[in-house]
Amino acid sequence: MDISNYLYLSAILFTIGAVGVVVRRNAIVVFMCVELMLNAANLAFVTFSRVNGDLVGQVASLFTMVVAACEVVVGLAIIVTMYRSRRSASVDDASLLKR
Amino acid sequence: MTTSSNLVYLIALPLFSSAILLLLGRIADKWGHLVATLVSASTFVIAAVEFFAMRQRSGDARAIHQDLFTWISVGSFNVHASLLLDQLSICFVLLITGVGTLIHIYSIAYMSHDHDRRRFFAFLNLFVAAMLLLVLGDSYLNLYVGWEGVGLASYLLIGFWNQKPNYAVAAKKAFVANRIGDVGLSLAIMIAFAQFGTVSFSGVEAGVPHASTAALTALGAMLLLAAAGKSAQFPLQSWLGDAMAGPTPVSALIHAATMVTAGVYLITRSHFVFDASPTAQTMVLVVGAITLLFGALVGTAKDDIKKALAASTMSQIGYMILATGLGPVGYAFAIMHLLTHGFFKAGMFLGAGSVMHGMNDEVNMRRYGAIGKVMPITAITFGLGYLAIIGVPPFAGFYSKDKIIETAFNAGGAKGVIVGGAALLGAAITAFYMTRVIVLTFTGTKRWDDEAHPHESPSLMWIPMVVLAIGSVASGFLFNSGHAMVNWLAPVVNAAGIHDEKELLPPLTVSLLALGVVAVGVAIAILKYRTNVAAEAPEDVSILTKIVRRDLLQDDFNDRVLVRPGQALTRFFVAMDNNFIDGIVRGVGGVVAVSSTNLRKIQNGYVRSYALIMVIGVLALIATIWMVTL
Repeated sequence: MDISNYLYLSAILFTIGAVGVVVRRNAIVVFMCVELMLNAANLAFVTFSRVNGDLVGQVASLFTMVVAACEVVVGLAIIVTMYRSRRSASVDDASLLKR
Repeated sequence: MTTSSNLVYLIALPLFSSAILLLLGRIADKWGHLVATLVSASTFVIAAVEFFAMRQRSGDARAIHQDLFTWISVGSFNVHASLLLDQLSICFVLLITGVGTLIHIYSIAYMSHDHDRRRFFAFLNLFVAAMLLLVLGDSYLNLYVGWEGVGLASYLLIGFWNQKPNYAVAAKKAFVANRIGDVGLSLAIMIAFAQFGTVSFSGVEAGVPHASTAALTALGAMLLLAAAGKSAQFPLQSWLGDAMAGPTPVSALIHAATMVTAGVYLITRSHFVFDASPTAQTMVLVVGAITLLFGALVGTAKDDIKKALAASTMSQIGYMILATGLGPVGYAFAIMHLLTHGFFKAGMFLGAGSVMHGMNDEVNMRRYGAIGKVMPITAITFGLGYLAIIGVPPFAGFYSKDKIIETAFNAGGAKGVIVGGAALLGAAITAFYMTRVIVLTFTGTKRWDDEAHPHESPSLMWIPMVVLAIGSVASGFLFNSGHAMVNWLAPVVNAAGIHDEKELLPPLTVSLLALGVVAVGVAIAILKYRTNVAAEAPEDVSILTKIVRRDLLQDDFNDRVLVRPGQALTRFFVAMDNNFIDGIVRGVGGVVAVSSTNLRKIQNGYVRSYALIMVIGVLALIATIWMVTL
């Protein structure tokens, strides 16, 4: 199986994630899209690790997972707090910094 | 060259006293005038002591030098603040301190009803200090400090009663006209520095033989401009008449006897420049001749006694300037006329002040008449000054003015005839307008109102007048006996340069001619003004009289040619500033404001749009890299 298919998949996943971040209003969905983009990157890392025959890419993807786990904790906490304070999880409602 | 350490006190004492009187304020009101007069008298004592000491010495040892401190030291350029008292400056120092002290004494009584008498005396002392610095400085730069100082003192004193707006305007006018002259002096200093690398009198004198004629002519022209500004000479003469707004003692001291003669001093002091540049010398001659006729003509139509005397001052200084333009032979006579003029003109101004004092400050001579009967001392002292100025022997003006006319006639060629004729004509007009002043003021029938009670002035006022009258009588004879003045000044003004030229007219002929024209002038004035003097100036007069009454249109000329174009130029620059310069500034501000308003719309606060911008940015970056590497 052609190794470039992994990269195509990675690119498609990343694009879906990016479009999701831009077009969706729900903070949870936006958040999941961010995770999707991170994992698309991980897939690319692992693919390149395979191509190069070393473990550098795999180590990098492990790091990414750790960071993503931390991010989930902080991000979900923010979303929950936001929801508690304004009864909404829409990112468009949190636009007070504009001026 | 002798050195001395006394000279600085001549300047320091009045300067210190002036500062004290100004700083102490009202506390010094009771005794301020006494201190100022005492200080002025003590400077006269110092000057007299120095004068007699100078007479004891001979030759080069007569000049005294005092080095005070190094003022400017830049590379090879050194200016010392140092003082020089030689045969020329001692004449001025004695005149300034002597007449100055008499006028201080006079002012005690004259200004006794003024609330600000202390301030007046402080300014007088400031003037004395600055004037002494002017004549004692040993370089053009030191002279310049005094030159500006007397300009300041003159401004302050003309505008002493500045609660009257037109007096303040007169002060401003004098200051502005003087500034034009000052520009000339500063340019002269720059030319001297550029040409000779030094600004001291001796340094410039030493450098003159090696300088180009063009440079010397430029230097001479700038010095002449400076002299014209300070001495109210054509074309900067218009301020002197208005300067009469100041108290009368000021007119006597500053605008008759001393400050306005500074131009004559400057030219005499710079004689080496003018001797080396015939062009500059001719310019001096022309300016002097024009001004002496100009002032005399203006004097014939003035009904204000002080303005008539001011026009006369302008005319007499014209004589002095003319004499300095005649070369080495003229300097001594210029200084001689300057000194005798200092006596008789100061005396007459004090006499005019005395009349005004008795007449409730009325200055219009048409409202005087028959004052001689009620103010005999004033009338007699004024009369002696009058005889001196019109040049009746043996009074002072006869010796000094006749010498100038004689020297002018003997200047050689057409030049001699023209300037000699001008000087002779000036003498006739002088006789006319001075007789007019005398006749209108002291003789005839009384024309004053019944409210006026003219009375003889107090002794503090008439004693200085008497002293000055004695000077008007005797000084000419003293200066002239045995050519005392010529011999005294010879070492300073390089009299060795005098050539014995063929005399056009012998002295006796000149004297008789002068006396003849003076007699004609006096006779015309007496016939014209003996009777029927209207209390108001007649309106139905010829166009010529109207022109002369308007000071020969000098103010109209200045207004049309200088003031209005200047104002138009100013308005243009203001419009430029408001529309163009400010337009640029406002335009820049406007563009920034508009673009920031538009840029701010990007900052809408929506996270998703920020994210979209980031995505677009990253895509653009990738696209750029891709295209570059392709």
